[in-house]
Amino acid sequence: MSQFLQVLLSGLATGSIYALVAVGFTLVWQAAQTVNFAQGEFVMVPAFFVLIGTGYFGMPLWSALLFSLVLSILVLGLLFKKLVVEPILPHGGITLIIATMALGILLKESVKEFYAAEAQPFPALFPSDPIDLFGAVVSLQDILNLAISLGIVVLLTLFLNRTRTGRCMKATAQNPAVAEILGVNVKRMVLYTFLINAALAALASFLITPVYLAKFSNGETLGLIAFIAAIVGGFNQIRGALVGGLLIGVLDNLTATYVTAQYRAALPLVLLIVIILVRPQGIMGTAEGRTV
Amino acid sequence: MLGRWQTLAILLLGALAVLAPLGQGNYIIYVLTSWLVFSIAAMGLNLTLGYAGQISLAQASFMAIGAYVTALLTLAGWHWVIAMPLGLILCFIVGLLLGYPALRVKGHFLAFVTLAFNTLVFLVLRNEDWLTGGTYGLVGMPRPDFGLFSTMKQLHFYYFTLAITALAALLMWGIVRSPWGRAFKALRENPIRAESLGVDTRRITLLAFAIGSAYGGLAGALVTPLVQFIEPGSFGVAHSLRILLMVVVGGAGYFFGPFVGAGVVILLPEMLRFTEGYYLIVYSALVIVMLVFVPSGLIGIWARAREKFWPRQQLRGDMKEGAQL
Repeated sequence: MSQFLQVLLSGLATGSIYALVAVGFTLVWQAAQTVNFAQGEFVMVPAFFVLIGTGYFGMPLWSALLFSLVLSILVLGLLFKKLVVEPILPHGGITLIIATMALGILLKESVKEFYAAEAQPFPALFPSDPIDLFGAVVSLQDILNLAISLGIVVLLTLFLNRTRTGRCMKATAQNPAVAEILGVNVKRMVLYTFLINAALAALASFLITPVYLAKFSNGETLGLIAFIAAIVGGFNQIRGALVGGLLIGVLDNLTATYVTAQYRAALPLVLLIVIILVRPQGIMGTAEGRTV
Repeated sequence: MLGRWQTLAILLLGALAVLAPLGQGNYIIYVLTSWLVFSIAAMGLNLTLGYAGQISLAQASFMAIGAYVTALLTLAGWHWVIAMPLGLILCFIVGLLLGYPALRVKGHFLAFVTLAFNTLVFLVLRNEDWLTGGTYGLVGMPRPDFGLFSTMKQLHFYYFTLAITALAALLMWGIVRSPWGRAFKALRENPIRAESLGVDTRRITLLAFAIGSAYGGLAGALVTPLVQFIEPGSFGVAHSLRILLMVVVGGAGYFFGPFVGAGVVILLPEMLRFTEGYYLIVYSALVIVMLVFVPSGLIGIWARAREKFWPRQQLRGDMKEGAQL
């Protein structure tokens, strides 16, 4: 029982980080109808910005994190939107999806060639001392990761629901034409979405990299898991991405412990196909009417 | 139908393909052969992406299925001619099974399902050592022998692959020009209109994906005797992406796009050798730039230039608007 609790808690901790990535992914999908296949790389890159900050500029950790956050928002948010999404979107969704795949390769190879091909140690934000919780031994790191990512999602939801800007962003996502008529600056709202996505990816990066070490190929599995979390949870809901992320984190840990460690990477495929067959709009999602 | 110039161009290219390897070293012939093999894989993906408008990220895993089935059967003493179709049929069936759930729903679900599937295939190839040899892979597959014509020599194998490629291309030409193929195109241009005209969009898309996957299997079945060594690492997600970019770079939806794209992807590393490790960085950056300016690929550049210098006679410009309504 205590082992089960332990597996469950550490699953929730990783799952909450997946959820952060999935939420960003969902936001971008809603705002620009874009599937960003470089999302996993967007989580991999900020960790290297931190390493550049601490290594090359000799910054203390907190300012390196801040430096990385700002740089990520600029590069992965603003530049991504201006240089890749804006010029390619008019050519069609598929073209843009393929461009994000090429961007993923570009980011991955750049980190590999210009920084390092080997996994780099990454400073832990929190001590990983084990603590005893109802007989289960969990690390403080896991508990804090869970708390912080849930906190971020709650704050984001509050922002989207309670502030004027947040509601304008939601309106843009639901119906850009009507939002524009009602005086919403649609272009700016879409830009905000991309900036928030980059910030979420950076935060997820800071939380997950101490667990896995910083490596150029970290994005591959992370991206896939985030897509599937978003689909499983429901593409058109933030809480859907949250549920999807937590579910995948827990199921992944349970499979690895109790069923098979060799095939744990197959879990997303199984989950994806089950969801598509049973409930294609996702667990929390609402069915979207087909627009003709 | 084909214009006079196009027929001439195809004959010229065919002659070039026959003459190219003469007097070349084994390495050059090997590169040319792998160009043909990847052209077949890209041709299949072009049907899925360019004609049916769906992204598949599992072409490398279909190559893997074709390659491993052929390898296991030929190692067991079967002839390639019998082993290859079995691999193709398996790919076709797997394509149907995989596409059925993914294409039930709107959106780019096939991309995610195939991405996850590629990971799964890689895991199976790596973990089930009793069948696939695990990370060490399989070695020593024989090349097909047709009595009088043995393909043991590199040059002979090139002509063998060329013949198969020509057959596969002819078949694809037939598919694209058949009522079916026209349905694929209608689907890409305007799915709602196609559906209202009685095209069963889901079935047609599923078929396009399954046929495209079988072409991947054929490419795999040729990799086995070409390299005579297969391992899971050469069929990962990165390779699926590589084939996808071949289609896009060449020009998705153009019949000859895959050949151009595969040529670029196979030959460019040789030309960009001076960039050393930065090759993939340069390449992916070029792809993004290309997508910004010419999203229809290299063939699209040619088509655009032709429109500019030799514009076709346009009878009624206003009909163009009408066709899009």
